[in-house]
Amino acid sequence: MTDESMTLGVVQVEGQKHEGENVLDIRDLKVWFELRRFGFARTGFVHAVDGVSFELKRGEAIAIVGESGCGKSSLMKTILGLNEITDGEIYYNDMRLNEMNKKTLRWYRSTQIGYVQQDPYGALPPFMTVRRILEEPLVVGGMKDKTERLDRVRQAMEEVRLIPVNDYINKFPHQISGGQQQRVVIARALIQNPEIIVADEPVSMLDASVRVEVLQLMRALQEDHNISFIYITHDLSTVRYFSEYIFVMYAGRIAEKAKQHDLLTNPKHPYTFALLTATSEPDYENALGFKEVPPGEPPSLVQPPKGCRFHPRCKYAISGICDAEVPPDITIEEGHEVACWLYDERYEEPDFAA
Amino acid sequence: MVTTSATDKLLRIEDLKLHFNVNQGVVQAVDGVDFELDNNSSVVILGESGCGKSSLAKAILRLLPRNAGTYTGKVWFGGQDVMQLDDEAFRRNVRWVGMSMVPQAALNSLNPVLRIGDQVAEPVMVHHGLKKDEAWGMARRMFQHVGVPEDFLIRYPFELSGGMRQRSVIAMALVTLPNLIILDEPTSALDLLTQANIFNVLKRLKEEFGTSYILITHDIATSSELAENVAVMYAGQLVEVSDAKRFFTKPLHPYSEKLMASVPRLHGNAELEFIKGSPPSLLNPPTGCRFKARCPHRFEKCDEDPPVFIKDGIKVRCWLYEENL
Repeated sequence: MTDESMTLGVVQVEGQKHEGENVLDIRDLKVWFELRRFGFARTGFVHAVDGVSFELKRGEAIAIVGESGCGKSSLMKTILGLNEITDGEIYYNDMRLNEMNKKTLRWYRSTQIGYVQQDPYGALPPFMTVRRILEEPLVVGGMKDKTERLDRVRQAMEEVRLIPVNDYINKFPHQISGGQQQRVVIARALIQNPEIIVADEPVSMLDASVRVEVLQLMRALQEDHNISFIYITHDLSTVRYFSEYIFVMYAGRIAEKAKQHDLLTNPKHPYTFALLTATSEPDYENALGFKEVPPGEPPSLVQPPKGCRFHPRCKYAISGICDAEVPPDITIEEGHEVACWLYDERYEEPDFAA
Repeated sequence: MVTTSATDKLLRIEDLKLHFNVNQGVVQAVDGVDFELDNNSSVVILGESGCGKSSLAKAILRLLPRNAGTYTGKVWFGGQDVMQLDDEAFRRNVRWVGMSMVPQAALNSLNPVLRIGDQVAEPVMVHHGLKKDEAWGMARRMFQHVGVPEDFLIRYPFELSGGMRQRSVIAMALVTLPNLIILDEPTSALDLLTQANIFNVLKRLKEEFGTSYILITHDIATSSELAENVAVMYAGQLVEVSDAKRFFTKPLHPYSEKLMASVPRLHGNAELEFIKGSPPSLLNPPTGCRFKARCPHRFEKCDEDPPVFIKDGIKVRCWLYEENL
């Protein structure tokens, strides 16, 4: 366990991509949901995830940033093994998720990957004590010995700093504060020693002062146990305190991926730039002017726009190309890719400062 | 008898208290709050969950739940002491006429079985006695102002996106053209770009109609979008009342200081801090300063109740500023 410091610094990323082998390898993943009318006639698909590829190395923390309806939750559920894969592949270590039988899939879901929900109170059963909540995954995982289970529960509670353990172990979720509830959720995700933890907006429901505490805890766990984290959020400002890489998702696709620092200081995709502009810093000058926001709303995923999916809202869009052909991933530099035609040699790069 | 005060402030609150009776005792949710608000101005009330900030909104609008106990203090609104009014007069002349509210769960505060237009038009029919088609005309005007296409008026809430619904609720609060709108966490459930859009709408309305706002939130970074003044609430009391410029540059109260240090920022290398411990229970608040258990500057004096000290026009409830009295 790390010592109890009260501060949390920005994640520093060294020049190279994370060492170590891939824990998760996602290739051109597509997750579509069928739309039916009256229960039988197929009327189309919701293209929730439409061609996403990325790798997750052991011990690495990445963030997926996007607005609601961009497909980040569908992507997350597919990684958790809860959605069916329409097309493409997910490899966990060397196993193909698409081909896992029921038993292996269950093993993967219950012991190899953990899930931290957004709303801790909603995620914890109100009629169970902390002890039972944390014991349940162990029972399901087949740990028969009662004392062994209790030891593991106590150990996990210490790891998430619910100490002294005896003060909390027999409490019900409503008897503890929001920050403590979120620690129970994290302990539950951690209890089977998973390789990957998926955290879906883990701090968005918490107060500012508690938020930092929970982020700091997750970072300590990630470093101590060498767990790979997928942090899903819409808040760009917390990302830099937690992850090394940021993937920006828009309408089912990844618009831009880069190291945390590069993405925040040197955004390339017009959508990333719009998100950064819309993020408020605590500054009194904010009240004096208006913010520039791209017009319209994210597109429907039933019939997404042709070409680049952001083009109807993009002021740099080039007609004839952006609205016709899907932009390729263009490499700006090592580890920084952007899916935007403006960075093709044939066109002029946008000047965001203007 | 309605007493008027000599103040030209839009809203002046003095020693406002709102307590709730629960099984375990009395929850002192709002415990002696004072502040003022000018015409066409705004104040942000910042605080963490359970500090009583939503109860403060309810106390100002007199939307009291059944278990409300003590409800005392003075509220002057537009020069009128509205605490003297009985409930019926308050409903007729103040609520939704002079001041209205965008409630916290704005997304769920629309009636699912009524058309949006009927709900937006209702306040003007009730309070201004307009006929239905005139009221719909007003609703149409308000929709233009908040930036929702007019044909959405005939739709039902489930047909609208979150941002659209939030704008409809703002239109509903605005339709009677009140001088003051109380916004309780208006954007916390919305996406980043939608959030920025809503704040743009609110700023524009302030310019056009001269509306004043009380923004109640725990989100310090986005609150700056609408902040001219800032009031920090802790355990039922305001601990600092300041102007935005000085607050966001250098807050005075140790709690405000800690809060500001916990805000993640996009740039710079500042380390984030958190505040150890949790806020005290409002059932049985500690004597003396309510923040003392978590305060890094605690000294002997903190066991006594701190009064409000005024330092260069900033009100701060902390013994550290005593010599400035």
